[in-house]
Amino acid sequence: MAGDGELLVWRRRTRARELLVWAGWLLGVSLFIFCWQTIAANTTWYFVADAPRVAADIGDRMVPPKWSYAAKLWGPLWDTINIATLGTILSVLLATPIAFLAATNTTPSTRFVRPLALLIIVSSRSINSLIWGLLLVTIIGPGVVAGIFAITFRSIGFVAKLLYEAIEEIDQRQVEAIAATGANGGQVITFAIWPQILPAFAGTSVFRWDINIRESTVLGLVGAGGIGLELQASINIVAWQQVSVILLAILSTVIVSEWVSAKVRHAVI
Amino acid sequence: MTDTPFDARTWRPPGLIRSSLWRWLLAVTVAIYLASALGSLEINWLRIGQGLGRGVTFLAAFATPDFVTHWRDISEGLAESLTMTGAATVIGIALSLPIGLGAARNIAPMPVYLFCRGVVALSRSFQEVILAIFFVAMFGFGPFAGLVTLSVATIGFFGKLLAEEIEAMDPVQAEAVQATGAGWLQWIDYAVTPQVMPRIIGLSLYRLDINFRESAVVGIVGGGGIGATLNTAFDRYEFETAAAILLIIIGIVMLSEYLSGLIRARVQ
Amino acid sequence: MLRLHRLSKQYQAGDDALKGVDLEVPDGQVVALIGPSGAGKSTLIRCINRLVEPSSGQVFLDDEEVTALGSRRLRRTRRRMGMIFQEYALIERLTVMENVLSGQLGYVGFLRSYFRRFPTETVQQAFQLLERVGLTEHYDKRADELSGGQRQRVGIARAILQQPDILLVDEPTASLDPRTSRQIMRLISELCSERQLAAIVNIHDVTLAQMFVARIVGLREGEVVFDGKPDDLTNEVLTEIYGEEDWQTANDRTEEKERAAKESLEEQMKGLSG
Repeated sequence: MAGDGELLVWRRRTRARELLVWAGWLLGVSLFIFCWQTIAANTTWYFVADAPRVAADIGDRMVPPKWSYAAKLWGPLWDTINIATLGTILSVLLATPIAFLAATNTTPSTRFVRPLALLIIVSSRSINSLIWGLLLVTIIGPGVVAGIFAITFRSIGFVAKLLYEAIEEIDQRQVEAIAATGANGGQVITFAIWPQILPAFAGTSVFRWDINIRESTVLGLVGAGGIGLELQASINIVAWQQVSVILLAILSTVIVSEWVSAKVRHAVI
Repeated sequence: MTDTPFDARTWRPPGLIRSSLWRWLLAVTVAIYLASALGSLEINWLRIGQGLGRGVTFLAAFATPDFVTHWRDISEGLAESLTMTGAATVIGIALSLPIGLGAARNIAPMPVYLFCRGVVALSRSFQEVILAIFFVAMFGFGPFAGLVTLSVATIGFFGKLLAEEIEAMDPVQAEAVQATGAGWLQWIDYAVTPQVMPRIIGLSLYRLDINFRESAVVGIVGGGGIGATLNTAFDRYEFETAAAILLIIIGIVMLSEYLSGLIRARVQ
Repeated sequence: MLRLHRLSKQYQAGDDALKGVDLEVPDGQVVALIGPSGAGKSTLIRCINRLVEPSSGQVFLDDEEVTALGSRRLRRTRRRMGMIFQEYALIERLTVMENVLSGQLGYVGFLRSYFRRFPTETVQQAFQLLERVGLTEHYDKRADELSGGQRQRVGIARAILQQPDILLVDEPTASLDPRTSRQIMRLISELCSERQLAAIVNIHDVTLAQMFVARIVGLREGEVVFDGKPDDLTNEVLTEIYGEEDWQTANDRTEEKERAAKESLEEQMKGLSG
């Protein structure tokens, strides 16, 4: 091929592919410009230009934090942690059977049951916990219970998805080995499948709990209990010195929960 | 072997936690926590009883979603959400590429590393909604506040995961390109980019998906988009309209998951 | 000519990988560097092009003191030292041709290399080299589609395209079967004599080294303990170089793997946040 005098040409892509790549970029860039302009048209640029001043003003009014207010936050903080924890427990209990129904290797029927399980999972995941909160507050009234269920409904899809993916990745030979002993379906699950997905199960639960702590801090904004209620109230009365105390409380809770979750996950994996 | 007679030995399945003291301690702690947590719930059974009826109405609304009555509001909110999502994802990722590079311990010098890690930690420390509240206060109501919120959240998410991916890359491939006498940019282009590209694409699609879902939320606090429409629908107890909006959100998320699955399979 | 003067390397953990190595490699000479795992062979090679920064001592390539160069000049000097790696170290997701052309990165500017617009002569040379190593028809494949022997050939072509004066070869056959190992060693030694290249080849297979090189250097615990012709490598000398078995290294490897597996699971969990 080489060496007989003709000039060999190398291109990274064929001409057609090259064109395709350029067309892709063109499409992407114009889409972005379109999006940007739509937003720009709906924006009051005077406010945007004024934003640094406003930010400085808010920052100014947030310090010094009103420390005495912190004593009032223990109750709401306890509620927040309960919302996250009870919601996570409930969602894990509900998500586990759904995961087994959704995994291709354990579902009783790929035709009917699996699509239904997947639909539950995707619906739960698509809707943010704050929207679940909005919905539940409208239905069962404001309070911690609405928050717990909001967290539960949002987390079912998350936990079930990770869990069914873990179930689908298990070593099938172990299942065969247990089935070969004459074990029934339940025994296969407890002896062959469960031990294999246990790390994923524990890791996912703790991980979701960590996320839920974050989410439950804002559920109060729609009336679903917890420290978010105080945040909403303080913002409404423009008490920025209280807002900064609340933000610090949220921040420390989140840091602690992240630390706990990292420790536990490290221990189980 | 010992001489212990066979029937004298017992076997118990090993517990998750070896030490029985810790096992008991943990069980008691969990029990006390659950009891006090459940005890502190103030459940208004009357209200919930009324709510159940309303819940059934709402579920029924899913069977007869009303796309028509408020279609103007829905379509405007939806367009705003989608444009917000698109622009925020692009801006956020464009900003987080250099930050992700800087936050990778194996390629960034210490001061740059600390700075970039700081930026990532800062933008991750608060929930999107809290950010949105502040940006709405700063920029006024409307999609611009939502755009900034989602962009900032994207930086935290994307920068962190990108940095972790770069830290996990194969150092030998990176060494090989260095050994050719390549410059820093060439090194990034030939050694780092090819290794992290599939992940970048995967994460971008994933983040696009997340940003859409979050765009529905920033509207609740005034950040523009479909969330505002949804909030109004709930306020007016217009369950059919709310159901229609939720169905649209679910549909779009399903579609985007399906498409990103296709793309991800192709770039492997 | 390559000259090492009292080259030492101490890692942060405190162990001395190299203890004042003196070595001269004249132009065109192929030297095999043998010794047990952990003797400092890889460190020595990496100190020459400063992928690992030596703690003390000097490296001279002809009259240039490599150890004294700033980063820009170092890159220019690295062009003259082609490197071949144990696990091939190809950029797996780039094509064979891109991998070979990456050998020219030290010669072309960033924009040129970014748009893959390499000079025509370079591309011609790359095609010729691919023919020389017998991979002409594979040039458009992705590197991870090739077999081990083929990958190492790409690695060799990449190193040669640098137009080096010396090759630094790190365990080129460690991941290959015996037959392919011989072919690869033969290819390297042929290319060296065709192009009058000097080479330092780290290799643990002593018989293979004896077959293809003119000079053997034995390294033990960071010190040169043998330097001579392949025929002078008697059993006593081998015992001096290798001594007892080095079990520690094997143990470290296993732990390393377990840790890596654990970390990758962690990664997956993190990837799902948000």
